[in-house]
Amino acid sequence: MSKDSLFSKKNMKLLSDPLNDNNPITVQVLGICSALAITVQLKPAIVMAISVMVVLSVANVLISLLRNLIPSRIRIIVQLVVIAALVILVDQVLKAFVYDVSKELSVFVGLIITNCIIMGRLEAFALGNTPGKAFLDGLGNSFGYGIILIIVAFFRELLGSGTLFGFPVLESLGVYELGYENNGMMILPPMALITLGVVIWIQRIKNSKLVESK
Amino acid sequence: MDVNKNSYTFGFAAIMVIIVAALLSSAAIGLKPFQDRNIELEKKQNILSSVGIEIDRDGAEELYSQYIKSELVLNNKGEEIEGSAFDIDLGTEVKKEADAQLLPLFISEVDGKTRYIIPLRGKGLWGPIWGFISLEDDLNKVYGAVFDHKGETPGLGSEINKAFFQDAFAGKAIFEGDNFTSITVIKGGAPEGDMHGVDAISGGTITSDGVTDMLLERLTMYLPYFNKMKPAIEVEQLMAEMDSVVTVNDSITQ
Repeated sequence: MSKDSLFSKKNMKLLSDPLNDNNPITVQVLGICSALAITVQLKPAIVMAISVMVVLSVANVLISLLRNLIPSRIRIIVQLVVIAALVILVDQVLKAFVYDVSKELSVFVGLIITNCIIMGRLEAFALGNTPGKAFLDGLGNSFGYGIILIIVAFFRELLGSGTLFGFPVLESLGVYELGYENNGMMILPPMALITLGVVIWIQRIKNSKLVESK
Repeated sequence: MDVNKNSYTFGFAAIMVIIVAALLSSAAIGLKPFQDRNIELEKKQNILSSVGIEIDRDGAEELYSQYIKSELVLNNKGEEIEGSAFDIDLGTEVKKEADAQLLPLFISEVDGKTRYIIPLRGKGLWGPIWGFISLEDDLNKVYGAVFDHKGETPGLGSEINKAFFQDAFAGKAIFEGDNFTSITVIKGGAPEGDMHGVDAISGGTITSDGVTDMLLERLTMYLPYFNKMKPAIEVEQLMAEMDSVVTVNDSITQ
């Protein structure tokens, strides 16, 4: 095994790949459920992205540390236990110290456990790589997840409620006087799916690598 | 070491479970005081908010003891019984038979005005909804109301915790003469001048109906207490009126 530094070019690709070429949501189509559920407003989307980042990076490192000790027949159970324990910890800490945010996210913090991205990365990457790399991979994938969440939430909050972070942007720009009205559809789940579809569409126009050859 | 042996697998699983269980339970116990404190302060904040005092969570403690004069526990005959009203969990009380329920009542005094605060608890579309409604000292006119919910649809039912919905309750009445009417949340909008109805939230009909049911059910439980208190309050009001009549007379003679 070559002894390259943690921040070598190859390792940096672990960080950058999931942002575009191998995005967990738009390319691997994982973690869709939470991406649809908590993108009505920007703030919960960002807190969710941070929570996933903490859980995924720490779980990746832990599983990578244990990778030679975990019996392969129960590895999925071990991964689930590690994820569930971390998620419960995050939830408890949020409830104790940032109560308002935890109320806002309500059940969705608990649902991080079911986020396929996390188990996917543990199974596909952390089990076969060193802790340093696993950490970068976790960070990269949660950035990739978070950036899509934030893009979708930006458009849904702006077009659905006319606000950003709760600040009435469209009202202060005077758009309503021109006859514009908020699109109530945007805050409902179907438009989350359509917005996400548009994001995937635009990404594929820009990135020819993602387009399957006929 | 063969990590795929049965004995190793069992051993690994057992140790992992013990470590995780110890970690989580110590975290839960260690963080519980902070969490309970948040919940307690939020409740105080909500109670204060129903009588029109808006304060952030950190300031709630001090103002609560300043404005809330008494906390009563009632039974459904309107009698005062022993207990701590603040610690009653309405979520478990509402599941009991009506005559076994403990009914908390908070009495506040703000700027010399007595207001009665009744905690509410009911069902929305996806889960529980709750709140506090405060009545003026005639036990009829609503002074204010706050609502909150566990997981109503964002942007629709969840709007019951917004000011535009809550503010509509102020000034409404829960009695028409001597008949109890409660307050109804009306789909399509309450008619102009309706003293017992407020506008429902578009797209949040089931949550809105939940608020109606919650108000009717909870306030009904307090009717015996209201009926017991009313004569006393009416006498007081009569006295106050007579005082003012006397003053008017005085001013005429002068």
